[in-house]
Amino acid sequence: MRASLRRVLIAIAILLAIAPVLTQDAFYQRIAALVVLAAISASAWNVIGGYAGQVSFGHSVYFGIGGYAALLAFTKLGLPPIAGAPLGILASFVLSAIVGLPSFRLRGHYFSMATIAIAALAGLLVTNWGYAGGAIGLMGPATPRSPADLLFRSPLPYYAIFLVVLAILLVLTWWMERSRMGFYLRAIGSGERAAASLGVPIRRYKLYALFISGAFTALAGSLYAVMIGFIDPDSGFGILVSVNMVVMAALGGAGTLFGPLVGAIILVPLEETTNALLGGGGTGAAYVAYGVIIMLIARFSPGGLAQFLPRIAARKSPRAA
Amino acid sequence: MILLQLAADGLLLGAVYALFSSGLTLIWGMMNVINFAHGDFVMLAMYVAFFAFTLLKIGPIFFVPLAAMALFGLGVLVYVALVRHVMRGPMLAQILSTFGLALFLRYAALWAFSANFVSLPDNLVGGVYQLGGIRLSASHLLAGGTALVLTLGMHLVLTRTDLGSRMLAVSEDRVAASLVGIRAERMQALAWGLGAAATGVAGGLIVLFFYVSPEVGNAFTLLAFVTVCLGGFGSVPGALIAGLLIGVIESFSAYWLGPATKDVVVFALFVVLLWVRPQGLLGRA
Repeated sequence: MRASLRRVLIAIAILLAIAPVLTQDAFYQRIAALVVLAAISASAWNVIGGYAGQVSFGHSVYFGIGGYAALLAFTKLGLPPIAGAPLGILASFVLSAIVGLPSFRLRGHYFSMATIAIAALAGLLVTNWGYAGGAIGLMGPATPRSPADLLFRSPLPYYAIFLVVLAILLVLTWWMERSRMGFYLRAIGSGERAAASLGVPIRRYKLYALFISGAFTALAGSLYAVMIGFIDPDSGFGILVSVNMVVMAALGGAGTLFGPLVGAIILVPLEETTNALLGGGGTGAAYVAYGVIIMLIARFSPGGLAQFLPRIAARKSPRAA
Repeated sequence: MILLQLAADGLLLGAVYALFSSGLTLIWGMMNVINFAHGDFVMLAMYVAFFAFTLLKIGPIFFVPLAAMALFGLGVLVYVALVRHVMRGPMLAQILSTFGLALFLRYAALWAFSANFVSLPDNLVGGVYQLGGIRLSASHLLAGGTALVLTLGMHLVLTRTDLGSRMLAVSEDRVAASLVGIRAERMQALAWGLGAAATGVAGGLIVLFFYVSPEVGNAFTLLAFVTVCLGGFGSVPGALIAGLLIGVIESFSAYWLGPATKDVVVFALFVVLLWVRPQGLLGRA
């Protein structure tokens, strides 16, 4: 069952890799690129939020740092936006150390409350930070000055770049899953006190997880800014940026390798098409649905679809179970 | 004089913060669950009051109790349909459940009422009182006074009545309480009802002098967090003192740093507090 499931997922992954090339429609190609981008940040959230069980509602801070680093590198230094990505990652490490060390003494609910407050604080500070464009935000290059600006008319090159980053992150997560770190994180996630009593160095490994998680979320933010060419306090630091990561990881299955990707494949097209159909009001509708989805997951299937689907399958064919 | 004026304004607003925060602290104290939708309950109550006034043409004497009753019902419903089932589940489910609820309420409100700011007419509770050079508006006085009385009332109910003792017993030890014949489920549902009713009254009072939009809930949620954290999780008197203090801090920082940054001070205080003293100023370790 597990082996065949994995084979199915690999088949889906290959299909996903070639799918946008099959269509000529830029609308669908763009959605495909956004799916992979969302999967990157949701998979990054999953490392700390899923495996280690530290439910962060503040990952937008990392995303915003990455996005702002890219467009600050362009507007202030005249560099190609992507050159800001390493700076964003560096900043994410610093933030993880500052925020992670003290807040990891907080367990469960306390940690989630702290992350909401930190995100709200960061959003307010950036909105009032005139140097970084204040409430208006920052723009990327309007026309490509060199290939390094990564400005493409077609969504396909973005799709390819995002896919490479996602692949790196998933391989890293896969490797982590079966290494000592993966076992430690899952032990922490299922009960911190018990893990500590077994000698798991909790704070150190939570910090490692936050470093990985934050760095890839910051990278996702930089890639977003490179593709969209615009970032403002809402699209970088807004609570909905965090919500997207949480709902996608939770829907597919928090703490599973492919869960966040599955969540992104389901939810991003849904959100983009409702936006296209309903216009500005569509965002509200999508988040009403996200709220319902999150409540349903919490109530019926905290493991997301990764827990729910095998249960359905087992009920349908008792022999397979 | 200006300092006294700021302090008075802050105390009156802080009393309202204390009222809805005591609802959050009651729920936490009973079952160690944080209601991430707490501020959105306040938002909902503000809309109930607003529409009760505009559609039914009823004044605060009727719409505040109406909002309280509506939110009491919502609180019980949320407990029975959602929280009761996730309480013994994994931490992820506990945290996600009310966060999803917050998202749902906020964006359903956005959908139903649009993002526009609306407010009640200024003169609904009109008049300004002079008290030794301090100007106190009647709406603030009414809101602050009512909130103060009700928060103290909630404390008295919890500490001085049979019902309060039963609730306390459930929060101390659910199983032992059940063994002596206390219906733990009913007490917890009641805690959610009362906790939400506190947001109902607070929302009905705040709307007298504050605009409503679907997004206001987020700030109230964080204000409730910082108040509960400062006062100690589970402590109603702690929430009262902390709420008054937060109101004054907010009032002073709005004056010195400008209204845009008043939340920065409060949120930063919360983050620092969570790090250095997560049990709160008055709370037990």
